Amino acid sequence: MKKVLQGNEAIARGAWEAGVTVAAAYPGTPSSEILAEMSQYKEIQAQWSPNEKVAVEVASGAAIAGARAMACMKHVGLNVASDPFMTLAYTGIKGGFVIVVADDPNVHSSQNEQDSRNWARFAKVPMLEPGDAAECKEFTKIAFDISEKFDTPVLLKGETRVSHSDSTVKLGERKKTAVPLGLDPKQSPKYVMVPANVRVRRKIIEERMRRLEAYADEFPYNKMEINDPAIGVITAGAAYMYTKEVFPNYSYLKLGMVWPLPKKLIADFYKKVKKVIIVEELDPFLETEIKALGYKVFHGKDLIPNMYELSPEIVAKALLGKKYKEPEIRVKPEDLPRRPPNMCPGCSHRALFYSLKKLGAFVFGDIGCYTLASAPPLQALHSCVCMGASIGQAYGAGKALGKEGLGQICAVIGDSTFLHGGITPLMDTVYNKGYSTSIILDNRTTGMTGLQEHAGTGYTLEGEPTNMVDYEQLVRALGVKHVQKVDPYDVKATMETIKEEMNRPEASVIITQNGPCMLHRREKRKFAYPFYGINMDNCRGCKVCLELGCPAISWVEKEGTTKDGKKRKGTVSINRLQCPGCGLCAQVCKFESIVPGKVGA
Amino acid sequence: MQNNSVTNILLSGVGGQGAILASNILAHVFVEAGYDVKKSEVHGMAQRGGDVTTHFRYGKKVYSPLIKYGEADFLLAFELLEALRYINYCKKSAKIVINEQKILPPAVNLGQAKYPEGIPETFKKFFKENVHVVKGQEIAFSLGNAQAANVVLVGAFSNFFPEIKKDMWMRALTDLLPKKIHELNIKAFSEGKKAL
Repeated sequence: MKKVLQGNEAIARGAWEAGVTVAAAYPGTPSSEILAEMSQYKEIQAQWSPNEKVAVEVASGAAIAGARAMACMKHVGLNVASDPFMTLAYTGIKGGFVIVVADDPNVHSSQNEQDSRNWARFAKVPMLEPGDAAECKEFTKIAFDISEKFDTPVLLKGETRVSHSDSTVKLGERKKTAVPLGLDPKQSPKYVMVPANVRVRRKIIEERMRRLEAYADEFPYNKMEINDPAIGVITAGAAYMYTKEVFPNYSYLKLGMVWPLPKKLIADFYKKVKKVIIVEELDPFLETEIKALGYKVFHGKDLIPNMYELSPEIVAKALLGKKYKEPEIRVKPEDLPRRPPNMCPGCSHRALFYSLKKLGAFVFGDIGCYTLASAPPLQALHSCVCMGASIGQAYGAGKALGKEGLGQICAVIGDSTFLHGGITPLMDTVYNKGYSTSIILDNRTTGMTGLQEHAGTGYTLEGEPTNMVDYEQLVRALGVKHVQKVDPYDVKATMETIKEEMNRPEASVIITQNGPCMLHRREKRKFAYPFYGINMDNCRGCKVCLELGCPAISWVEKEGTTKDGKKRKGTVSINRLQCPGCGLCAQVCKFESIVPGKVGA
Repeated sequence: MQNNSVTNILLSGVGGQGAILASNILAHVFVEAGYDVKKSEVHGMAQRGGDVTTHFRYGKKVYSPLIKYGEADFLLAFELLEALRYINYCKKSAKIVINEQKILPPAVNLGQAKYPEGIPETFKKFFKENVHVVKGQEIAFSLGNAQAANVVLVGAFSNFFPEIKKDMWMRALTDLLPKKIHELNIKAFSEGKKAL
């Protein structure tokens, strides 16, 4: 049976067909859909872990017990999970163990651009790179076979244009692994990584790499296509798809396994074609290795960009040079108003960041929808590095500034992000007698990646009720003495609370209450009115409400006067279809010109 | 549209307008019709009211998930400005369907930029009779739910593919949508089909 599947759905399907029974992940674009999809299969126990490190530990534990197991993450997630990952390369596994790592070339939704192929070389483990959904499914299945055959974790590389591309996939049946379930204490020298055992395993890794290199030459998805022998292209994944699209007549060596490299196959390809071009996204990974083998590379990163993503026209332009014909430019896209993402109308983050802006705080930010508060007009978030960094950085800044910094420093972090990486830096702040105010923006979900459950929501991935982390008890146990709760929609009270805590020479935590994500299906805040409107008699066109950056409020330029004769250059207008009635704009209006609307009015 | 060539459809709109559902409907019907299909979109931050595009390609064998710049055979735009943003993606012979809806971007809301005027006219200057403007939101609103505008647009767009039978479109709608909104969307599709 054929079906159109997204790359991520195809990975989930491949894992199911491969007999996977345990899967763990922390959501991250473009990898998030894999686990949600896996939870649909009753044979798989799929779970959201608090972070990628835990996900790798859970899945690898399952693999050591004999199950086929998978952990999924975005590229920066493997940075978090790198500690167990690097050493799991030594211990090996028992049941098949695959880590999916999805890159984000061109940084559609990430804090940096990384080429995850480097992890494979670094950790000395094999990596497969599919180029479309059909390959996603097949490569996932074969990754488990490789893992068991060579007793190694296997990396499966996704990326935006593969993970989030849909294509036709042939569905297959589920097969169970032949590996028996069970733990064997006699195996402990393999799993206990103390120096004496590590030295033994270290040697085994090198032997394994040699066997994997030989296997790479036989790997069925390292494919040679000899067409015109004048030019041969060595490529992989999405880069193959773009290049094949624009240069169908070139010869190709398409690598399905990007580490280790198939040395014999490469030698064979060099014999069959005259000149070799290497087309790869991001780093010159293949190019460096192939040059190190002593081959001449006709073109590679001298023409192909080493940053952002590739596309058919970028490959065509790079390789054709002056012969590339630019399409007709009818309108200059740079002249058009941009449409960056924005917080939703009614979002509780908007209210909170308006308060922070008014207080003039330097806000150490974190990873989530609230990072959007760095954009105009709010511009109320001043750093964003990685999950959990806000709390540690705010504490560090306070260390540097001493008393001078009091009243100026604040950290913000989402609920899911706090559980991911915010607990340890908060413990550090208390332990080392620092000061800083950490605001946990509890919107009851993992918002930006598509509303995934986490340990603080009270539900599992599969929708079963479970324990719900109590943030107040948790931070008090860490030693935080000052914990306050605020309703972010009450601007005046929120500002007072934040001001009080920011001036305190101790660690403090503020938790937002009753501000669930506007897209949340289970939890909704009830606002007093269905929407707001403008009282045209009063609106002076002062634009204060526009500083909120609410998508429902817009400026209408039209000179006129208020009812009491004040001149104005225009007024604002509220789109009632977009307005959820949060009333934030009515609170900031100084002229009582934003008023509750009535249904039917 | 020869049998061995690939057809490129670019869908553009604003996060939340339902462009992804529209592209899923296209995928459903073209796979049923026996074609190889690839489509690509960006999720994540783009959902938060940002601009969203889907590259949709079908043919005998499709390699790239992305349409080469300047090679779109069709543009299906759910918003006026988001149509204009991708005008250069279109081939000279491209057929264009635009939903007559304005969603103001932040800079326009703030009064710092102007929303471009006369977008359908700009298109007609280059693409003449191949430009079709549909009042998608108005039609969907008259059926009781402005949210169905995306399916109205798909209905209008379906006129370009006479080889796809009506029951294939209907199966796509009923397979992809929850049962309680089948009736609304089937109506939306039919009204859209009549609108062009």
